[in-house]
Amino acid sequence: MKRRSFINVLLSGGIAVWLGSVIASIIAYLLPPEAAVSDASSVKAATTDELEPDSAKIFQFGKKPGLLLRLEDGGYRAFVAVCTHLSCTVQYRKDMGVIWCACHNGKFNKKGINIAGPPPKPLDELEVHIRGEDIFVSKPVT
Amino acid sequence: MGAINRAIHYLDERLQIQQLIDFGKKKSVPLHRETVWYYFGGVTLFLFIIQVITGILLLFYYRTGPEEAYESIRFIMSEVRFGWLMRSIHSWSANLMILAAFIHMFSVFFAKAYRKPRELTWITGMLLLFIGLGLGFTGYLLPWNELAFFATKVGTDIFSVVPVIGEPLLRLLRGGEEVTPATLSRFFGIHVAIFPLLFVGLLALHLLFVQRQGMSEPIGWNEMPPDKTKSMPFFPNFLLRDLLLWLIVLNVIALLAVFFPWELGEKADPFAPAPEGIKPEWYFMFMYQTLKFLPAKVLFISGETLGILVFGLAVVLWLIIPFWDRKSARGEKNRALNYVGLFVVLFIIVMTVLGYALH
Repeated sequence: MKRRSFINVLLSGGIAVWLGSVIASIIAYLLPPEAAVSDASSVKAATTDELEPDSAKIFQFGKKPGLLLRLEDGGYRAFVAVCTHLSCTVQYRKDMGVIWCACHNGKFNKKGINIAGPPPKPLDELEVHIRGEDIFVSKPVT
Repeated sequence: MGAINRAIHYLDERLQIQQLIDFGKKKSVPLHRETVWYYFGGVTLFLFIIQVITGILLLFYYRTGPEEAYESIRFIMSEVRFGWLMRSIHSWSANLMILAAFIHMFSVFFAKAYRKPRELTWITGMLLLFIGLGLGFTGYLLPWNELAFFATKVGTDIFSVVPVIGEPLLRLLRGGEEVTPATLSRFFGIHVAIFPLLFVGLLALHLLFVQRQGMSEPIGWNEMPPDKTKSMPFFPNFLLRDLLLWLIVLNVIALLAVFFPWELGEKADPFAPAPEGIKPEWYFMFMYQTLKFLPAKVLFISGETLGILVFGLAVVLWLIIPFWDRKSARGEKNRALNYVGLFVVLFIIVMTVLGYALH
């Protein structure tokens, strides 16, 4: 190899490696580290005197919002309140009798099953446990 | 010799500015039925200048953060003298800039002014439009209000549809899995540093190309008899008309800002349900509305994915028009492409109107 082409390889190779390592570390820097808030396994969502039958509330379930729904018969159901379409936060609409997403008019029934609009799958269901006056919600054991 | 002449002489001795003045005198603007459309590039430029000035002024009081962002804008609007005006002008002029850029882009499209030798002017212009839309999208979140919060949630979620790199891309944009204050910090950095830098760089290229090539002439212009092809000197005739129009635009913005001040809305609460009437900025409305119309599943992929892939493909095709529209490049009329353009314009208008009407 001639000295000139050796220098060329050295120079262009050196620049390429430098560029690569600079760009790679910038991308790594920009990708955020895992959040400090861990995924909740069980949280207290409400107390038993809080919700009327046929109503619901939003509570914080780890990093996500949860929806606690009190049915007309007094029973409870809970879901991750994130629409399965484009992850807007859903709400219970008493007048429609459905869980509703305002962003694209998606509808889920009280079992969390997608019944109208664009959502492609049901809401993720959570388990409800009542201990004394406290209502706890947890991730279902898989 | 007057002071101005002395100054010109001083500069000319050192920097040979006479060459620039001669160049400016030679430049001319063709006069024909469509001359009016030449003004929209200049209007977009003027609105961008307003954006830079008001944006820098807003930076003196704006603070990022989930608590501070909303409160600082409320402070700007209620306490700072003329703060309400600055923010309203920034918002109005941002929207008008996008509108002017769209008009400029479509007028260039229908005039086929992107044809050789102006392919790169078209590409830089389209990139400027994309960055302009990016500036709008990132700026929309900065007040950290409810509507912007959910619009950003939906808007960024769309990136997760991109094959393979969708998920990392989403995390990169949001600074995490969800839209959080980390997203606000990122959008702030992008809005005030990265995009403006890119924009100014591309704008410099775009303007340089326009100066080097001169104004585009309609197809068939050179074959017309010389007495039919009138033109007007750029300096000072066209420039003075430009300035007059800028003054009118400035007045329109002032009127809009005073009589229709931009609202701040409710503060965002990440754990509240999405409010009714959530909507993106108007220039994303046609995409938002189209996606709403698509069913959950089309054949084997989700309607959402299909819609976004089709939009993506359409945008790429639009970007590289100068390279596949061979007819215009040869100086022939391309009627079929005009119908495509007309369809695109109508589609955007109809979907935007429906988006607002059905809300």
